[in-house]
Parts: sequence; structure tokens; C-alpha cells
Amino acid sequence: MELNGGSVVAMIGKGCVAIASDLRLGNQSVGVASNFEKVFPVNDKLYYGIPGLASDVYTLREHLRFRVNMYRMKEEREITPKTFTHLVSSTLYEKRFGPFFVEPVVAGIPSPTPLDPNPQPFISTMDTIGCITTPKDFAVAGTAADKLYGVAEGLWEPDLEPEDLFETVSQTLLNAVDRDALSGWGAVVHIITPEKVITRTLRARMD
Amino acid sequence: MNSVLTQIQPAASRLHQEEDEFANSDPAAWGSMGGFGNLARNGAIQGMSIPRVQDPTAFLDMHTDNMSSNPEAKIKIAHGTTTLAFKFKGGVIVAVDSRATAGSYVASGTVKKVIEINKFLLGTMAGGAADCQYWETYLGMQCRLYELRNKERISVAAASKILSNIVYQYKGMGLSMGTMVCGWDKTGPCIFYVDDDGQRLKGDLFSVGSGSTFAYGVLDQGYRWDLTDEEAQELGRRSIVAAGHRDAYSGNTVNLYHVRENGWEFINNYDVNELWYEYEIKKKADREAAAPAASPMAVEA
Repeated sequence: MELNGGSVVAMIGKGCVAIASDLRLGNQSVGVASNFEKVFPVNDKLYYGIPGLASDVYTLREHLRFRVNMYRMKEEREITPKTFTHLVSSTLYEKRFGPFFVEPVVAGIPSPTPLDPNPQPFISTMDTIGCITTPKDFAVAGTAADKLYGVAEGLWEPDLEPEDLFETVSQTLLNAVDRDALSGWGAVVHIITPEKVITRTLRARMD
Repeated sequence: MNSVLTQIQPAASRLHQEEDEFANSDPAAWGSMGGFGNLARNGAIQGMSIPRVQDPTAFLDMHTDNMSSNPEAKIKIAHGTTTLAFKFKGGVIVAVDSRATAGSYVASGTVKKVIEINKFLLGTMAGGAADCQYWETYLGMQCRLYELRNKERISVAAASKILSNIVYQYKGMGLSMGTMVCGWDKTGPCIFYVDDDGQRLKGDLFSVGSGSTFAYGVLDQGYRWDLTDEEAQELGRRSIVAAGHRDAYSGNTVNLYHVRENGWEFINNYDVNELWYEYEIKKKADREAAAPAASPMAVEA
């Protein structure tokens, strides 16, 4: 985690979720890139972020892309956030004795089904070997996780509309990351609503 | 002798002992000649306590992360800094960042890393913040005493030697400082680099701290002796911004000082981030200004 740095935060709003990450890729104290995204789409209602060792971020992303594509072909439907969380979790536990150095965060809105016509926004997070937590408010991970907890605890409130959620998640990330030497160097925010995904890059501190 | 008397006896003798202590001590110790805090009359440090163990150096090595042999030690000392100073035609430029980190936590972004020793002397702070602050303040006191004794301002060489002699006394005991003593004396502008292992170097240009390599990059590229005051200040500022950008443990703000014949002047405090975006805009404008010449080639291809 401390080799490359980087952080991810996800938050639940009213009928929407937000997931955001910083853009730094470092080699310990030296900043190397300021365009290293850690949040990836699964489909247009489900995103996930993986802060941690950069090589494992790539490996895991490609592995999960393969598994989700296989799922899509076999099941002929999109994977739900909950199922995807369990897919990530078991993928991580497969490497129980030689783990991926990542802490994934999942955020999405499940599609309505006959069994569940009114699904709620969903976020989850895992440790390096796949222990799942499903918070009702926000999830944080990465080198600035402790700082993110502090700011999120103070700023988050229930039932935020998409634009208010964007403000909350952006301020949380920006302010937490400014207190972490290994995160920052730009930030990107995704707001997921049932209709569309809004992606914005933020003007962050570059020191 | 009855028991009551024996009980009184030791108390009485203790009283006499205390009276003797007062009688033997120098009456001047109670006045202005008494020293201050842990400073003796001659200004020397007394009672700087040292671990009561067989080998204090080995003990401190084991319990502090200061010397590389045990980076996992529980007592962590604040590291991470960029400081620079250089001499040029117009005097000395001193520029520093203002970030203090404890591990990856940014503990402060408003640290004063230039210590104003007196009107003509500046010290920079890299390594242990407390070590630099304490000993450079102490140096200021010694410099004042020198002035009073000799009716003449101390030279930068002599001042820096007081500091290097102090840190040499404590060598191996975990002092952590990389400092530049900068000023103007009879010989003109002057910079001495002094560090915790007792090294003391005179030079025209120094940069110290985790971001020093980045600062040197910009500094070496733009340094000339006959820089104007404005050019020199801009070079110092630009170097700290470059280091603040690349180095995770440097940044937040720049503090800029200029030392001239009549003493130092604090120029200003600048936000590293704001300057960085300014430089990016300038870079982009320069690129666009250069672009039209190259574009016809691109169209042909």
C-alpha cells in the first residue's frame, strides 16, 4: 500500500452512489504519475475502486474483467453489486497465503427485478484477503483511509441528492488526501444514478 | 537519650545541611548572573539528560528511527523537507517549504523552517524540527554573547562552528539536523552547511532534505552568479515548487528570504499549489507559442 500510495472513497446517497479516487502513482516519496485511475466500471450501474500495489491493481482489474465477461455470457444478464462483491472477495481469498496488496471498494445500484422491484444503492469494501463489509453510509480504503474516515464521519449525512453527494464526496476526498503524503495529485469522482453516470475530474493540490 | 530526642535529631541535622548548601553557593547565582533554566552562568548547557545505560548511543540507536539501523523503532522523528540557499551577486537567497510529516501523515503545512538567529543570520531546518529549533535558538544566544564580549558581530564561519561543535559533542546520540547557516559578515555573503554528524561545509549553493534532489535539478539549471535580485528570488521559489510537487514529504507553502549587506529580509510566503498551476499555465502558453512553426510539418505528414 505504501509503495505506490493512493486512496478510494465511496458514499451512499438518495437513490444514488458515489465513488472517487485520487490519481497519484508514486514510488515511495517520489510522485511518478498523476493520471493513475483506481476506479473502473463493471457496467453503467456498477463501479469498483482498487487502491494498493499498482501491479496488483492491473492484475486484479484484468482478472475481474475476464470473470465478469464469463458471467455475462453464461448468465446472459449483468452482474449485481452484491454478486460482484462476492466474486471479488473469493478471488482475493484464493490468494489467502500470498495476497493481492489491494483493498477494493465496490459501489453500484442494482437493477430492479420482479423479486426486488425497488433495490437500494449498494457499497461494500474488503480487506486484502476478501473479508466483506457492507456499510450503510460510506466506505474508505487506501493510504489515506484513516483521514477519509475522519472527514467522512463529519461531512456525510443520509439521503443526499446526486449533486449534494458529489460535493460531499469531493470535499471528503480532497481534504483527506491533503493530509496524506502518499495520496493526491489529482482526483476523479463518479456519481452513479439509475439514469446515468456523471464523471468529473477535480482540481486538486499538486504537492 | 530518650526516643523523642532521637526523632528530632535527624530533622535538625538535615536543616543544618540545607543551610550549609546556601552558605556555600555563590550569592550571584540568585541574580542576573544565575543563568537561566538549564543554562549555567557561562551559558553552557547543564543537565541535558542522557539515558542512564551502559552505552547511550546504542540505546538511542535501538529506540529511535533516526539512524537507519532500526527504521521500525517506536519513537519516530519528523522527517521530509526541502530547503535551499545560494549565494549570488545580490546576496543570499534562502527558500524552504513548510510541510511537516510524521510517517505519511501531513502533520502541518505551516511550519517555519527558517530560523531567524539574529538580524544578520538565518538557519534552515531539515531533519528533527525540535533539534534544529532548539540548537539554532541557542546559537542565537551564543552569537549575542559574542557580540557583547567582543563589541563586534560574529562571522558566519564562527557562528556555524559553534553549532557544528555542539552537534559533534552529541554525535551518535540521535540528533537529527541538516542545516544551512546563512548570513552576511565582514567577508560578504556566506553559507555554511552543518549537519548532525558534525560535517561543516562552506559553499555557494546547497539544498537539504528529502526534496533536495528535485530542487538541485532546477537550481543547477538556472543558477548564475550574476542573477538579478528578481531572477534569484524566482529561482529559489521555482526550485521549492518543483520539489514540493515531486516529493511527497515536501510542499504546502514556500518561505522566501533574501540576505543583503544590511541584514535579512523576509520576502513572502507563497502557496506551492497556486504557484504550480501558474507555472503550468505559463508552460502551456510557451508550448502554444512555439507550436505554429511545427504545425505545417504535421499537416504534411
